[in-house]
Amino acid sequence: MSDLMKVSSNPHIRSKVTTANIMLAVVIALLPATGFGIYNFGLDALVLILVTVATTVLTELVYEVAMHKKVTIGDFSAVVTGLLLALNLPPAAPWWIGVIGGIFAILVVKMLFGGLGQNFMNPALGARCFLLISYTSIMCNFDCDTYSGATPLASLKAGESVNILDMVIGKTGGTIGETSMIAIVIGACFLILLGVIDLKVPGSYIVTFVIFLILFGGHGFDPAFISAHLAGGGLMLGAFFMATDYVTRPVTKMGQYVYGILLGILTGIFRIYGPSAEGVSYAIILGNLLVPLIEKVTMPRMFGKGGERA
Amino acid sequence: MKQNSILERLTNGLIKENPTFVLMLGMCPTLAVTTSAINGLGMGLTTMVVLALSNLFISLLRKVIPDKVRIPAFIVIIASFVTVAELLLKAYIPFLYSALGLYIPLIVVNCIILGRAEAYASKNGAILSLFDGIGMGLGFTCALTIIGAVRELLGAGELFGYSVMPESYVPCSIFVLAPGAFFVLAALTAIQNKIKRIGESKGRDMSKIQSGCNSDCMNCHDSSCGSRKEAVEAPMEDAENPKKAADDLEIIEINDDDDLKEDTKEEAKEGKEEESND
Repeated sequence: MSDLMKVSSNPHIRSKVTTANIMLAVVIALLPATGFGIYNFGLDALVLILVTVATTVLTELVYEVAMHKKVTIGDFSAVVTGLLLALNLPPAAPWWIGVIGGIFAILVVKMLFGGLGQNFMNPALGARCFLLISYTSIMCNFDCDTYSGATPLASLKAGESVNILDMVIGKTGGTIGETSMIAIVIGACFLILLGVIDLKVPGSYIVTFVIFLILFGGHGFDPAFISAHLAGGGLMLGAFFMATDYVTRPVTKMGQYVYGILLGILTGIFRIYGPSAEGVSYAIILGNLLVPLIEKVTMPRMFGKGGERA
Repeated sequence: MKQNSILERLTNGLIKENPTFVLMLGMCPTLAVTTSAINGLGMGLTTMVVLALSNLFISLLRKVIPDKVRIPAFIVIIASFVTVAELLLKAYIPFLYSALGLYIPLIVVNCIILGRAEAYASKNGAILSLFDGIGMGLGFTCALTIIGAVRELLGAGELFGYSVMPESYVPCSIFVLAPGAFFVLAALTAIQNKIKRIGESKGRDMSKIQSGCNSDCMNCHDSSCGSRKEAVEAPMEDAENPKKAADDLEIIEINDDDDLKEDTKEEAKEGKEEESND
């Protein structure tokens, strides 16, 4: 995207890429993780996903009709928000959690700030953090029909050993869409091949996080520990699907690297020094808030304007 | 309603220039202590008492307090009343005292109080100032109680400590935490603006109820504003004129005197003020 930002005089060639296309590609890319989540956690997860997606789309529709604005549910962005939010919910969560989260994501985080492209924070993550603070006991309860007990990351934090192969495949407890590293990476590869996302943010994010783990993780260079941290929790889902959100990541190339590095450091701090085992969602939200500053510092200088920054 | 009458002052603070929803003043206690309706009510009433009394005394002393040191003088008066209120709360309503904690002494720096002292009490008569303080305090109390009630209802399922929500309601605890205060305040302000919009479309004069205007007509420089003309210029022309002229004269007089004389004069005035405070 950023390579195409050279504007010449008209006539212009119209690209076939539209918001709806991109959002549809993201939905398709999320299908492996969604499918695995439903396979892993059963029909409860399917119901929760459907309820959440329906809520986000309906909220957007109702708000836009009530406020006499152009109805934009055709661009699938509400579907992406709903799906991402649902994948971030624990499978045993009651259906109304999805409804409250969906309404908060669309109404408060997205629509009140002006709709798609104007929100300063990823709506799905904003709603997840809202739910996490509001309903801590529900959001942190990962017991369900298939699994009980702590998530792999929580066990890891408690110093117990974890089965890394299970974590990579996804046969562990956790939120609906985060458990399977393979399914997420398949979807991410699809998006990268289509050119919808690139590796600048996720790459710098994951590399920084690994370096942080080696330096401060307390285990030195321990491949088992590092791969458990990479496969566990929401890191993969966050890095490929949420940190790369066009609206809430920096637009400058340099800024995207800075953003990725920042997310890596924040996630490392939250996971290792924080009281809870997971910190990806808070890290990305904090990163979102710093994006305007990052952009201001990394804005490329106009040709011929040396020295001072504008 | 007659401008600048006792009744007008009361409704002005309650509705037209509601300190919280319209003037957006005193945000610190508004956001911090409204975790429950009773806390909001307690904070609002305490502030109202301090506001009314400090308005009264500042108005009584307005001719004694020299212009140059008026802010410190106001603060001394306000702080005295806050100390009284704090000790009374500690003695008679200890649970409220412990719930409000640090925010009671912080009433001293509540900008509503200093704002009313500066914008109203220092320019108007004692009785009117007293009622201005009561009106503003009532507005503040209402706003804080409403915010507290909404937060308590959503965040704990209770109202004034009584359980009112159905058994199955799971409290949304973010509303009793700091972010909830912002959500509720924003939502209530939005509703207030919407009501104003509806009133405007029905042809009522809502020009004075606007969040963008600081509504301090006395210190406003927007000469095109209709309410400022009503509030400032009209009274100035008749009743206020002789007094204002006298004030100006006094300042010129002081400026003509040498520094030493001015200092002694001010010291004398401060001494007088402290006496009346005691």
